[in-house]
Amino acid sequence: MELDVPWTDHYGRTHKTMVGRPVSMHAMRGISAHANGFQTCRAVHLLQILLGTIDAPGGFRYKAPYPRPIPPAIKPTGKSGQVFPNEPLPGPPLGFVTSPDDLLIDEKGTPQRIDKAYSWDAPLAAHGMMHMVITNAAKKDPYGIDVLFMYMANMSWNSAMNVPDTIKYLTMKDETTGDYVIPKIIYSDAYASEMVHYADLILPDTTYLERWDCISLLDRPISEADGPADSIRQPVVAPDRDVRPFQTVLLDLGARLGLPGMTTAEGKPRYPGGYEDYIVNHERAPGIGPLAGYRGVDGTLSGKGAPNPDQLKRYIKNGCHFFHELAPEQKYFKHVNKIYLDFATGFGLIEAPNAIIHQLYCEPLQKFKLAAEGHGAVQPPETHRKRLIEAFDPIPNWYPPFEGKMIDETKFPMHAVTQRPMAMYHAWGSQNQWLRQILGRNWLYIAHQRAASLGIKDGDWVTLTSHHGQIRAQAKLMNGVNPDTVWTWNAIGKRSGTWGLENNAPESKQGFLLNHLISELLPEREGGYRFSNSDPVTGQAAWYDLRVRLEKAADVNGLSAPQFPDLKPVRAAQ
Amino acid sequence: MTMLPETTEKKLGLVIDLDTCVGCQACATSCKEWNAQGYSAPLEDEDPRGKDPHGPWLNRIHGYEVLDEVREDSRIVHFPRSCLHCETPACVIVCPTGASYKRAEDGIVLVNPDTCIGCKLCSWACPYGAREYDVKEGIMRKCTLCVDRIYNENFAEEDRIPACVRACPTSARHYGDLGDPNSDVSKLVKERGGFDLLPEMGYKPTNKYLPPRKRRDQAEEGREALPKSDRSMVDRLFALADSLLSGKAGPH
Ligand code: SF4
Ligand code: SF4
Ligand code: SF4
Repeated sequence: MELDVPWTDHYGRTHKTMVGRPVSMHAMRGISAHANGFQTCRAVHLLQILLGTIDAPGGFRYKAPYPRPIPPAIKPTGKSGQVFPNEPLPGPPLGFVTSPDDLLIDEKGTPQRIDKAYSWDAPLAAHGMMHMVITNAAKKDPYGIDVLFMYMANMSWNSAMNVPDTIKYLTMKDETTGDYVIPKIIYSDAYASEMVHYADLILPDTTYLERWDCISLLDRPISEADGPADSIRQPVVAPDRDVRPFQTVLLDLGARLGLPGMTTAEGKPRYPGGYEDYIVNHERAPGIGPLAGYRGVDGTLSGKGAPNPDQLKRYIKNGCHFFHELAPEQKYFKHVNKIYLDFATGFGLIEAPNAIIHQLYCEPLQKFKLAAEGHGAVQPPETHRKRLIEAFDPIPNWYPPFEGKMIDETKFPMHAVTQRPMAMYHAWGSQNQWLRQILGRNWLYIAHQRAASLGIKDGDWVTLTSHHGQIRAQAKLMNGVNPDTVWTWNAIGKRSGTWGLENNAPESKQGFLLNHLISELLPEREGGYRFSNSDPVTGQAAWYDLRVRLEKAADVNGLSAPQFPDLKPVRAAQ
Repeated sequence: MTMLPETTEKKLGLVIDLDTCVGCQACATSCKEWNAQGYSAPLEDEDPRGKDPHGPWLNRIHGYEVLDEVREDSRIVHFPRSCLHCETPACVIVCPTGASYKRAEDGIVLVNPDTCIGCKLCSWACPYGAREYDVKEGIMRKCTLCVDRIYNENFAEEDRIPACVRACPTSARHYGDLGDPNSDVSKLVKERGGFDLLPEMGYKPTNKYLPPRKRRDQAEEGREALPKSDRSMVDRLFALADSLLSGKAGPH
């Protein structure tokens, strides 16, 4: 495969054509949701590299802001000695560690973050480890906390592993003092989700239709393989309730707390106009802000440029998005394409026009492996060495997922997974009265062949048991599923009394979650330590490692199990 | 009894591609959204937050698992269902008040909400299940082909198409004049072997469906034999990659 387009590589050599290889791969993030997910992803990418399909015609193509330097030069902040009470964190909370020296641990190796990200438990946890926060806070491991503040993460329900214990932790009291172990919970959500019921202070959010947003190149933009693109949302209806956009509330809180990025030198709010003010005027680096389009005082600059007070108007005029199409000679081999790298530097996507070289052998991983083998000043505790040596192979490897290895697979011979229904993919509100007519409850999908061998017929009730828990659900049989796997729709099951639904709603009476079966902690390992149920490299939650046993069950009043006590509908504070 | 026009100037309708429809329901919710606020009355739901939420929809998508007994495998086919704006539909003929009618200018079949008495004869006469009774309003509802969009001059040109067509993320829905053999939709039907639903009923549906394509491993054309190894450098590199990725046992 060849495109008749000349291009120049990073050595300045000109090539007459762009030679590609028509092999593209489709993979989604579920691949990483296993304890061996990171190495599997690396293996897929290694294959792409060896096949010569990275950003080549016919292959996988980068979308801006990628390609980025490997690894990006940002390190996480939060080592002991960097964090003080009542003072802002002096750097970004997330980043890319490249050696044990970058870990956020103290001299004893104790994790410094409540989620234990960037510790020996999960050294490269570049996304943090949301799924461990409540458990760790309740167990005061590594420490207890005063306030838990969360936004739009349904952590007492479908975003939590091990829902029953999570609920217990959220309401647990210290036996001697009688105080809550997690003393204060602040939560922001647009809906009366399960998590809202555990909050001491609720910050009611707007919906997406009632506020400004930007889908930014600094985060997860709409981008195109043919060039950088970003977009905005604008409010199309005025809120008819006492709600505020969460981002505006955050800026307000930041200003009240006097955080330096959110206040002026005189201590006044830096973005008095709320989030829309921030979108236009915030600069991460000089000239680089949340939106790349229509920058500069007159709106003629792209990528880098002074803030433009009319930027949002210009976006609206352009259909709420901005797209810069790359020149034909910039569109492929972007990681080693001189003209592209020069462009990307000027545009503010990368800092310098250096070639971005893919690593077959990953030196940062090897540094951790060597530390585990006893080299260097910063070494892991005994409990962690074996696991680090196994997982931190500098060449992609495969090892069995922990939940399969640490439990008796003959007792739990099947896999159970979820997927999100397409109709609800980008709707936070699956309780919506139209969407719930389309899908108001879920079923457990089982292969005909497996069901027959267990005496299960379409519509029968079944139990699904893991090493951690048990649920009861109603079966539907199909052919298009591996006989060793069962699956269901994600997050359709709701707790009775939530989401503004009546107590007899099918979402709570027949709907169910697999979350109850998934432990956030692995069984004890040598030395009694319980690691989180995550990829040991990245800390990514290993949702898809779940092993189960399937059995036919009795119909108990047509109810799924477990059923939790009804929650009382949320009322506005007096 | 209501008379049908002998011919219509145009045959406006939809062509729905069963190959690319992924069952996302975007067309169903956009249809409900558009039609709940414009022409006729709102499409209100009953028991919206309770045990059995239900209400009228002008477009529904059903998912089927189709089993190939010979190959012992299956595929999921999503089937969007709305009024087919038939050429000779009994749903119009049986209407006692003239509320149901077929337009002579473009062939669209509509219900006049002011004269519909909710007798439901038409829904019995429709073999496609395309009409739904609106309990709250006491009238029959059906797809209007978004008649209040397609001629709406207040809209930008690209929005003068049905809401469902506008919403479909995979372009599985096409709108146009199926009476004109040179229209894009007619050409598409020809090229892809578009077909009528239940032709034996004799209703002559205007809307057409495009069949799912053969799976790639069943298609005859375009198949290439795998090249044999020539022990070249590239070949050996692949062999190395292969052994790295599959040959090496895990560390446990
Ligand atoms: S599909 Fe049904 S409602 Fe529509 S025109 Fe044909 S018979 Fe009438
Ligand atoms: S044409 Fe309009 S009324 Fe008919 S199904 Fe599509 S959106 Fe609904
Ligand atoms: S919007 Fe398109 S893809 Fe989605 S269900 Fe409708 S026809 Fe199918």
